[in-house]
Amino acid sequence: MSASAVFVLDLKGKVLICRNYKGDVDMAEIDHFLPLLMTQEEEGLTCPIMSHGNVHFLWIKHTNLYLVATTNKNSNASLVYAFLYKVVEVFTEYFTELEEESIQDNFVVVYELLDELMDFGFPQTTDSKILQEYITQEGTKLEVAKTKVPTTVTNAVSWRSEGIKYKKNEVFIDVIESINLLVNANGSVMSSDIVGTVKLKTMLSGMPELRLGLNDRALFALTGRDKGKTVTMEDVKFHQCVRLSRFESDRTISFIPPDGESELMSYRINTHVKPLIWIESVIEKFSHSRVEIMVKAKGQFKKQSVANNVEVRVPVPSDADSPKFKTSTGHAKYVPEKNLAVWTIKSFPGGKEFLMRASFGLPSVENDEMEGKPPITVNFEIPYFTVSGIQVRYMKIIEKSGYQALPWVRYITQSGGRTAMLFRYSLLMYSKKRPIIYS
Amino acid sequence: MEWANQLCENRQFGSKMTDSKYFTTTKKGEIFELKAELNSDKKEKKKEAVKKVIASMTVGKDVSALFPDVVNCMQTDNLELKKLVYLYLMNYAKSQPDMAIMAVNTFVKDCEDANPLIRALAVRTMGCIRVDKITEYLCEPLRKCLKDEDPYVRKTAAVCVAKLHDINAQLVEDQGFLDTLKDLISDSNPMVVANAVAALSEIAESHPNSNLLDLNPQSINKLLTALNECTEWGQIFILDCLANYTPRDDRESQSICERVTPRLSHANSAVVLSAVKVLMKFMEMLPKDLDYYSTLLKKLAPPLVTLLSAEPELQYVALRNINLIVQKRPEILKHEMKVFFVKYNDPIYVKLEKLDIMIRLASQANIAQVLAELKEYATEVDVDFVRKAVRAIGRCAIKVEQSAERCVSTLLDLIQTKVNYVVQEAIVVIKDIFRKYPNKYESVIATLCENLDSLDEPEARAAMIWIVGEYAERIDNADELLESFLEGFHDESTQVQLQLLTAIVKLFLKKPTETQELVQQVLSLATQDSDNPDLRDRGYIYWRLLSTDPVAAKEVVLAEKPLISEETDLIEPTLLEELICHIGTLASVYHKPPSAFVEGSRGVMHKRLPARTGSGESTESPDVGAAGGSAPEAAPSIIPSQGDLLGDLLNLDMAPPTTSGPPPPSTGMQMGGMDLLGGGLDSLLGGDIGGSPAMGAGFGAAPAVMPASLNAPVGGGLGDLFDLGGVGMPMGAYIPPKIVWLPAMKAKGLEISGTFARRAGVIQMELILTNKAMSVMTDFAIQFNRNSFGLAPAGPLQVLTPLGPNQTIEVSLPLSTVGPVMKMDPLNNLQVAVKNNIDVFYFSCQYPISMLFVEDGKMERQVFLATWKDIPNDNESQFQIKDCHLNSDAASSKLQGSNIFTIAKRTVEGQDMLYMSIKLSNGIWVLAELRVQAGNPNYTISLKCRAPEVSQCVFQCYEAVLKN
Repeated sequence: MSASAVFVLDLKGKVLICRNYKGDVDMAEIDHFLPLLMTQEEEGLTCPIMSHGNVHFLWIKHTNLYLVATTNKNSNASLVYAFLYKVVEVFTEYFTELEEESIQDNFVVVYELLDELMDFGFPQTTDSKILQEYITQEGTKLEVAKTKVPTTVTNAVSWRSEGIKYKKNEVFIDVIESINLLVNANGSVMSSDIVGTVKLKTMLSGMPELRLGLNDRALFALTGRDKGKTVTMEDVKFHQCVRLSRFESDRTISFIPPDGESELMSYRINTHVKPLIWIESVIEKFSHSRVEIMVKAKGQFKKQSVANNVEVRVPVPSDADSPKFKTSTGHAKYVPEKNLAVWTIKSFPGGKEFLMRASFGLPSVENDEMEGKPPITVNFEIPYFTVSGIQVRYMKIIEKSGYQALPWVRYITQSGGRTAMLFRYSLLMYSKKRPIIYS
Repeated sequence: MEWANQLCENRQFGSKMTDSKYFTTTKKGEIFELKAELNSDKKEKKKEAVKKVIASMTVGKDVSALFPDVVNCMQTDNLELKKLVYLYLMNYAKSQPDMAIMAVNTFVKDCEDANPLIRALAVRTMGCIRVDKITEYLCEPLRKCLKDEDPYVRKTAAVCVAKLHDINAQLVEDQGFLDTLKDLISDSNPMVVANAVAALSEIAESHPNSNLLDLNPQSINKLLTALNECTEWGQIFILDCLANYTPRDDRESQSICERVTPRLSHANSAVVLSAVKVLMKFMEMLPKDLDYYSTLLKKLAPPLVTLLSAEPELQYVALRNINLIVQKRPEILKHEMKVFFVKYNDPIYVKLEKLDIMIRLASQANIAQVLAELKEYATEVDVDFVRKAVRAIGRCAIKVEQSAERCVSTLLDLIQTKVNYVVQEAIVVIKDIFRKYPNKYESVIATLCENLDSLDEPEARAAMIWIVGEYAERIDNADELLESFLEGFHDESTQVQLQLLTAIVKLFLKKPTETQELVQQVLSLATQDSDNPDLRDRGYIYWRLLSTDPVAAKEVVLAEKPLISEETDLIEPTLLEELICHIGTLASVYHKPPSAFVEGSRGVMHKRLPARTGSGESTESPDVGAAGGSAPEAAPSIIPSQGDLLGDLLNLDMAPPTTSGPPPPSTGMQMGGMDLLGGGLDSLLGGDIGGSPAMGAGFGAAPAVMPASLNAPVGGGLGDLFDLGGVGMPMGAYIPPKIVWLPAMKAKGLEISGTFARRAGVIQMELILTNKAMSVMTDFAIQFNRNSFGLAPAGPLQVLTPLGPNQTIEVSLPLSTVGPVMKMDPLNNLQVAVKNNIDVFYFSCQYPISMLFVEDGKMERQVFLATWKDIPNDNESQFQIKDCHLNSDAASSKLQGSNIFTIAKRTVEGQDMLYMSIKLSNGIWVLAELRVQAGNPNYTISLKCRAPEVSQCVFQCYEAVLKN
């Protein structure tokens, strides 16, 4: 069904630790993994599934480790990858950082976890909070308290233990929206979407029942109430605590939350987003001589809001040297290892416009290697604001002891990390003869 | 020993007080020291020692010598220590089976421990020790654990049954564990249910005939209930299991879909994909006019799009599956082009897949955007990606006719960049564009010729040569250009040599006066100086053709070529259906059936999508497969297109653009091709092969027998292909009358007559067996030879009582269409073997092709229009139906009875035009236009199909249905 064995390798392909779950694939097959990968890398065509004979390797890379699952059956590939990423998540929560050293430092716990996470190729309990109740780093002493399996492991509510107590009952809700956007050189927006997440930090006693209300258009269309501003969510994904069939039938988001921090839901919105920070650029390359860059950034959001930590990343040729910058605000620097000029503006008020000029020298003997034309990237954060206009209308908290609990809500819009605002640009090339314009 | 290979020894870690201290360098006598420590009285010291042992094991040292000492530590109440000892046992028990027995007692004891964690640990570990002797002792503890009060123990025991089954299947059956496992599906705890389902599925997969997963509406209901409550992984087990079920009718199918759709909102991508699999499969059974059907289509798009924001590896799996889904149901994602635009920092494997899907979704509506994107990609640095982007531009030109001109000019712009591999790739795709739109864009040839010198890849050189040969009459210096390639003839790759040979022959046929010398040169290079049999053979054929009958040569070499279409890279429909049933798995990523890469799965049934059935009707599960021993050897092939067969002679050997995987295997075609050349050449070349034909003799001196012997095989080959209709076939929705297939004289007294019928979606062979001999006949069995549509008996021949002298019995045999495929002549010919206690008898019969018309053959109007346009006109055939006195509505309803669906009707000047669609059981669509003029008993019918060979048979069906 899924993995026959799981391996953790270092970058040289050496096995740090492994677990044979099914015994139907020779464990020595893993020796073929790195050579296969190297061949693919040489050809520039890596693939997350590789095979050698009738053995298939499904792998991911995390920091300085490869996590590899082997199989010789028609396994569920998406399950294997989802599982490998879950392993990374669990190990990271156990050891803070998952890398070569943390595996060696904790091999006993790693073995125990591997034993508990999967059985005969079937993933089992993978919730690290629950695992921590019976697989502890100090080593389990067989005390009376520990002689029971936490009922959570097999409960329908497998993500929250019973008997949690807080003096002050509170819930913190973060609504974070990230923007994905691609603008062509001629200024047309090719694609844009918003990926939103709702994160919870739950500090509630007992087994509380929560209900979250958003200004979701589909919900209001169903109930016919509220004529205020609503938002259409294209697709919604929920943490496993949310009752999906309930949501399907009446769009109610009801759940018993995991304790502490968790990602309750994510959603995608397809509406056309106006690029919150608009970039215009003129980049001129005088071959064998210099590159001149002019970038204008304009805040296209409300005057009352301020974007923080704005970062405009402009690609420069790999053989550029002697950078010179001039900015109307903020600070610009050259990051040669990434072939980037990075312009940082700590706080960028809405409606304002700023300018950066940069020039780089080019060697007279030029690199003949073809260089790509990566787009200009813009990262930022705008607090107290969601670009989609989504709002938390209410959070109802009901627990049988009847305590009063306070929900706190915070909004933020950002770009960066997995999402990006990208601007393509025209590179004006001047050679000694005549200019050619690429777009 | 499995651990040994890769781990290096002698490692030293930091001085932190962590587990890494156990890895410190060992000196001689370490094993001795460890032995002492393991036998220490102090618990703490013991535990430390076991940790050291495990650490050594981890880095690949052989510590098996410590086996008895470690096992001695097993009896402890320290859980961590116990786990370490168990871990040690799992790794070394197999190499020390005799000593492993020492551990059995403790295992058995632990299985009864008060602590459920220990009970579960013991039963879990015991299952992992693959030593026969231990297995015997496992049975009793396992039986108890399966009934344990703690669900944690039960869910562990459920998996253990699958482990044990893997080691000793017989034992598991004898002990009745399978029944207990089935009972666990009704367990009160969702996690136990999920693991029981997983274990049963696993066992069923390795024993396909065990009928273990006896799914019925009750058990399905239990699974659907558990689905809402179990963990994300459990949901996947259950969904994957559900995907194996075939609902009884569309109502059940819909109700399951309704309960599965909420899973599309799960945060785990694997849950989403498994849910998509179930929905894609069950959707097949829903009537397309149902509101729910379109609702479901709409619900599928957003989650598929969201999968593209998952981790790159999951994106990759999702994209490979989306590639299948857009081929099966293009309507789902037709508006989502933008999400497949490539991101600059996508990994290469994601980029290439996105590009593939972009081409599939390209349409007139979005082509401008797509082209702008593709042009952008063509300027990137990643060579493979750039090449594929250039190729994609060519495919857009072929796919969206309106955009062809823009594509060509984009390609010309790219050629101007002079980037070597861009130029070469562009030339390869321009050749395809010429094939699709002949005589339309030859103005660009001049630009192409400018780049002749920079071409260093065989495919590009071959493409350029093809272009020069094809348009030789319009290129003034074509002879010079081709001559320039001739210099290094022997250094060229085969495809360039073949191409050059053909191009020069074409040139000669077009401009005979100036090029005689050139053609002689290339013919002698190909026939005398080459070791390559293909090249030599082709050279000889051309030589003979030219020398015997230049007119015939012209007809053969300069024949009009069939147009290519963008469909060439579509996955063959039966394979596509199978892959849809495997969404999310390796098969769906490789785009290959599991039998192609999983050992020991060759006999396993290919999964098929269910056929649509209305509620109330009952149907055989399509999974009851081909009886008879022969397992399908390869994915059934579609009927080959004529282009492939003629390809070799008509120099079309350059494959049309493909991107995904190898072309579908087509056994029938290759055999045909061999006949075509084989027979001809042997007689043709006789004694000549060794000798060198004298060039000086010129082209006139040909033996008289040549044209005849050459024409015969060619003509025969073509005839086989185009003249497929059988004569006097029984036809029609009304079952044709039974005719005698096997006369008693030929079968030692057994007479068989019969006919075919399609009843409620099931194809049936209806037989009358008559015993005209003196003795009793028993032990009847039936088998089919491979045939064009993979017909195979879906069950044994039900002749339960012996057939006495002069007795007659009527039998009805349900047929499936999942048997092995081989093209027959005529197409609907079926060779049958019937066995009884006396002998085996063979006969052949012909079935009306209408019984292969499936119930969901009604195409949507839009799809119909697009498909009609898309099928090249060459594939259209016209027929007359004479003396038919029905009006158009009566005809339409009569045809509907045989699953020929009228999609639209138009009346122009008193003439009714009916547009109809038919779908064959192997997924081939036939489109028809029937013209009925009031008062005129003669109908005109035009048929269009991608496999035009079936047209004749289909026409005969029309005739039979309308006239009965």
